[in-house]
Parts: sequence; C-alpha cells; structure tokens
Amino acid sequence: MKILTQHIDVPGIETIDVFMKNGGYKAVEKAIKTMTPDEVTEEVKKSGLRGRGGAGFPVGMKWSFLAKPEGVPRYLVCNADESEPGTFKDHYLMWKTPHTLIEGMIVSSFALGANTSYIYVRGELMYVINILEKAIQEAYDKGLLGKNILGSGYDLDLFVQPGGGAYICGEETALLESLEGKRGNPRNKPPFPAVKGLWQSPTVVNNVESISATSWIVNNGGDAYAAIGVGRSTGTKLISASGHIKKPGVYEIPLGITVEEFIYSDAYCGGIRDGHKLKAVVAGGSSVPILSAENILTTEAGEKRLMTYESLSEGGFATGTMLGSGGFIVMDETTCIVHNTLTFARFYHHESCGQCSPCREGTGWMDKVIKRIETGKGRMEDIDLLVDVAKKIEGNTICPLGDAASWPVAAAIRHFRDEFEWHVTHPEEATKPGAVYMRPGASWTK
Amino acid sequence: MKVTIDNITLEVEPGTTIMQAARMIGPEVAPPAMCYYEPLKGSGGKCRACLVKVTAGSEKDPRPMPKLVPACITAVQDGMIVENTVNEQVLETRKGIVEFLLLNHPLDCPVCDQAGECHLQDFSFEHGVSSTRTVEDRNTFEPVDLGDNIKLNMNRCILCYRCVYTADQITDGRVHGVMHRGDHAEISTYIEKAIDNDFSGNVIDVCPVGALTDKTYRFKSRVWFSKPMDAHCSCDKCSGNVTLWYRGDEVIRVTGRKNEWGELKEFICNTCRFDRKKTSDWTIEGPTNVSRHSVISANKYGAGLIRPAFPIAQAARDFKQIDDDRDRSFLTNQASLPAKK
Repeated sequence: MKILTQHIDVPGIETIDVFMKNGGYKAVEKAIKTMTPDEVTEEVKKSGLRGRGGAGFPVGMKWSFLAKPEGVPRYLVCNADESEPGTFKDHYLMWKTPHTLIEGMIVSSFALGANTSYIYVRGELMYVINILEKAIQEAYDKGLLGKNILGSGYDLDLFVQPGGGAYICGEETALLESLEGKRGNPRNKPPFPAVKGLWQSPTVVNNVESISATSWIVNNGGDAYAAIGVGRSTGTKLISASGHIKKPGVYEIPLGITVEEFIYSDAYCGGIRDGHKLKAVVAGGSSVPILSAENILTTEAGEKRLMTYESLSEGGFATGTMLGSGGFIVMDETTCIVHNTLTFARFYHHESCGQCSPCREGTGWMDKVIKRIETGKGRMEDIDLLVDVAKKIEGNTICPLGDAASWPVAAAIRHFRDEFEWHVTHPEEATKPGAVYMRPGASWTK
Repeated sequence: MKVTIDNITLEVEPGTTIMQAARMIGPEVAPPAMCYYEPLKGSGGKCRACLVKVTAGSEKDPRPMPKLVPACITAVQDGMIVENTVNEQVLETRKGIVEFLLLNHPLDCPVCDQAGECHLQDFSFEHGVSSTRTVEDRNTFEPVDLGDNIKLNMNRCILCYRCVYTADQITDGRVHGVMHRGDHAEISTYIEKAIDNDFSGNVIDVCPVGALTDKTYRFKSRVWFSKPMDAHCSCDKCSGNVTLWYRGDEVIRVTGRKNEWGELKEFICNTCRFDRKKTSDWTIEGPTNVSRHSVISANKYGAGLIRPAFPIAQAARDFKQIDDDRDRSFLTNQASLPAKK
C-alpha cells in the first residue's frame, strides 16, 4: 500500500503536468470546490493521522486546537527542517515529488483558513529549495496558488524559507523564531503556537509527511486512511532505513507490519549484510532510545514487535523505544555502541541552543565523559555519572532537545552497560582501531 | 485567586506568576532566580533554577503537572498547589542545576569582583553540594572590553540573557546578543562593537555573576569591605538615585539601587555610575538597607541576626544537629513563619 510514494518513480513527476496526469491536485479541487474547511478537518480527524515529525500527536486534533479570533491571520508552517541523524524521508519526498507537498499545503491551509503558508526547509538542502520554488511557480501559473484559487475566492500565498542549518530550528517554536528572522531559540510554552505562533498569531506547524498525506485523505476519505494500519497507528509511514542492511533507503510501509518483516523481508531492508548478525537498532532517529536485537524484535510479553507507535513503545523505556521520525538505523555486531553513543552525544552537544542550563551544560558534559570512556581514559563511576546527568537533563529543559540528548545515552547504558564497562576495564584493547566488545559466548541474535 | 505554596495559602491577582506569589510570602519559600529579572520584559525560563512541582494544577483541574515547571514564567491558576522547598524532587533537581551552572564556571571567586554579591555563589551555597563530579577541562574564553568601562569575562557567564534583554530595552537596534550555540555560546556586541549608550552600564548591575564588571572598580576592593550608602543627585539623564559604595572616605563604586531580590529599582546613567565618584557630587541619604547579601551586611550597622535562606525542609531535617538556642520553631511549624519585614 503506497500513498505518498505511489508515483515517485514516474519519469518527470516533479513537473506539474506529469503530476496532474497521475491524479495530482484533485484533492485541491475537491476540497476547495465541494467541501468546507471544517469538513476537511473532520476528514483528517477521522483518518487518525498522527504527526510524522516524531512526537506522533494526532494532526486533526492539533488543527482543532487552532485559535480562530476574528481579524487575526492564521498561518500554516511546514516543518521541512529535517536534520535528525538517521532520518532522510522528507528530503527524499520533496526532492522526488515536490507537488505532493504543495498539494497537501494547499489543502491543509484551506482547512485551517490560512492565507499565507511557509515551508521551512533545512538550509543545507539548497537544491531541494530550488526544486520546491520551481514547483510553486508552476502551481501559481496553473492558478492553484495565489489570488482566487480555482475561482473559489480563497487566496493562498506559499513561501519557501531556507533555514540556517541548525538542528534546533526543527523544534517548532525555534522554527517560528527563525522564520521571524531571530535567533532560533525555542520559546517557553505556554503559550503554544496554536494560540500565539508566528508573529504572535495562531499557527499550526506540521511535518512534511503529515501535510503530504492530507491530500490523499481528502481524495479517499478519512475512513479509508484509518482502515490502513493497526489501532491508533493508522495509514502509511515513510521509514528511512540505514546502516548494515542490504538495501538502505526510504520505504513507505503500512503501519503494523512486524519489525522482523521490515528488517528481513526483501520488499524492505532485505536483511543484515551477508555474514553478519543484528546487534542493535535505533528505531526512530537518533533521539529515541537504542534497543538490542532481542528487544527490538519481540516485546517483553514475547509478542512480535510491530512497526506502530504503540508497539514500539511497549514496555516503556525499560525495554521499548519510540517510532519517532522513522529514522531506522540498523547495526550489526561490528558496531561499537560506545562509539555510536559518542557520535550522538557529540551531535547534541554541538546542536544544543545554549538557552537553558541543563541542556547547554549537560550535553557538553556527557559528550566529554563518553569521549573519555571511548579513548580509554574512563573511570567506572563515569557510567553511573552519565546515567545521573541524563536523568537531570530529562524533563527539565525548555524544549525536547534535552530529552532527545539524554535518552540515547541512558538507553545505551541500560542495554549495553557491559560494553561501557569493558572500555573502562580494557582501555588498551578498546582503543585499538575497529575494536568491538563481544559478549562472552555471545552471538547477537538473528 | 488562591494559591498554596509550601503549605502557605495566599490570595493573588490573576496573571501573577508562581515566583511573584512566592516572593509575596517571603524569601523562605521564594524559588531562586538566576535568569529571571522582574524589570526586564521577556526574561526568565532559561536557567531552570526556579523549577517547582505543581501538585494540583487548579481547582477545576486538580491533576498534578507532569513535569517540574519554571516558577518565574508559569502563571498561577485558582486553587493551584505548588511545592518548592518541601519537595524532594525539586531540591534534587536544583542540586543538578547548580552542578550544571558550575560545570564550566571557573570558580575564580577569590579574584572576582562580584564575589560577595554573586547570585551564583548564593545559589550554590544554598542549593548545591560541596564537591564536584567533573574532571573535564572547562571551556575558556579571552576577556574582552565592551566599551571603555565594562569588562566581559565569558568564563564566568551563565548565559542568563539578562544583559541581552537590558540592551534590547535601552537600545533600538540589536547591538548586544548571543553568538554561537550550546556551551560554546558567548555574549557579544555584534562585530566587536561597543554598546554606545548612556545606560549601557546597567548590564553590570543586572549580571548575576562576575561576567560583566565595572572597570572603574576592578580589583579595587572586596564588596564586604565597602559600605553601601543611598544617595542621590540631580541628573538630567536618569533619576539620580544610586547606591554609593565607600571604603573609608572614598567612593569606590556607584551602582543602581537594588531591591531585596537583587533586582535594580531603576536604571542609572553611565555618568552617574562611572564619573561621579566624589562625595561632593552626591546628597547622602543614609546607609543602604542590605537584606539579601548577608556577607555585605555582616558586622555593619549592628544589623540583626543573619539567617541563611536554607530551604526550610532541609533545615528542618538538620534541625537537631544545630547546636544553639535560637528559636527555630518556625522551621517545623510553618503556620507561624515570622512576619516579613
């Protein structure tokens, strides 16, 4: 079942003519001509679509929280500042079929009553920005954007804004600050963007994938979308699979397939590279807890883990993780978890905005301590120190970056403590190039 | 609106923050503030020193809030119940915040002009632990001059943004701000441009630590050797109400007047601050009533008993170990807190 990537391999799909020939922009016509904004919102609510940026908050519910005072403009902002290590799905979608996003933007803006909308794209993706701008111009030329869209009296202007290349600007309030031309520091909440967002006006910020899915929902109805998937995880999800698998890439999966199928089936990752075994998986981008092979394939109750929001988080952080943004990083037994954790910690150290003290100082501290352990200068008490620092950051910061920085470190120690200890007790062996700890008698399970 | 903080209930206006309500009760329950500065619009929420536990959100919705909330920017709801010094989680988190703030702080108090009136010293004394767990190198920066009279020592900075908000309030353009990110962020006047403004000296007073210091006072004395006196002059730029700091007969420093929370009552101009350093420039009103910074009021003016503002719960726990005969019944019986002066 493919929704977003259905026509992605059609030659010339990035041009509006080919896109329209393949059923593009029908949702705009249907929504604007035959539906009211509230009906569109209702369909999205019915679909059970959940935010694809990482938090998984229901999109329809987010839309219904939007304050609608008279005489104040409302804004829709698309968060295309995808910079999470391991996640590259939005990039792929915008690059291949820019019109899918633009169609979704028009439909969503119509539902929210926004007359100005923005796509905030990560600055490094300059060529994607050029593709989007070209596509937007084509949509203007066809009368799908601008004044009086399709003769309905509804106006919409769509702008692309390149970011400055900071991970923190993917946090929605930091994104709004950056969009306003300020330093990208997250705001204190409340007030939430739905009440006071861009230029102090009600604003909805949604991920590229969430917005792109709305046009299919309008075309086929919310119930049809809700029929895909399991329980409260409805529809399809783009997963960017990377690491030691045979076929890395972006896959659109119906939510609810098993993790085992995703990793080993030829339709998706195609299994671990030859001669190697699965050791660990980061299931949803660098900020979600890492899981060992046993925990990712089966839940604590012994059931097969599914690719859904609920199943992946089953067991809490003790044995579970999160679906997050769908950055699926697979590691085989040649991966040193300490080194991997160092890479993540260094990233968050570099990307913390420095506004609130736990995150500013804590991320740097964790980075330095893990670096010491990795280079063979660690002390046994450093491992508990890391756990404690992570605990002191988590939940005490302005924005979720603090949580995102502390979870991977805490989880790596929770599931791979013996590796950290080995680095401390065997510094000479551990600092040899390519050295990886093998559990005594261990074979990392299939 | 009714709000209960540490089992003390009081009536406040709608829109009051938890911090303001707690300050109405008194220093015993007021959470510490490193970045929040009431006169500066937009300040607060950054240092996380004032995190408190809300055990009941409001009368209507009595669920507890899942995370600790910053007291300085969270407005009270009718019937809200807040735990500050009586909550273990809050005290534990605060220990962590002290640790984080001191992580890259040079701890050069012996040579720092701010020592004795430093909020970070007070904060770590009241809420921190006496040992450190870090062995890492600290981040270091070269000291720079902001104009002729202000020295910026980034090593000591805790990035509270108070000076940034001050500069925003006194100037039209953005000339003072934060560059870079994370723990390598630094306060900077853009492109090394000094803040050219008659009120720029106030950034020294708002700075909670010794990152911004007065070059005309630099290394002249320790604050506890000087006597503060309230004085005024007729100034055409500012109100002229200042505090003079005397050592012997000499005015060694001029600052704005601060309230009991260490916040400026009024901004003063640079002429008053840096240039008027003779007693003949001023009309003396009398000794400054120093309540917050115990070390300054110690042994001067026959000031009353100095009671360190330990968290009540912590002090109550250590009660038996204190070997003196002072009346500490209020520590265990919170209803009879001594009336605020």
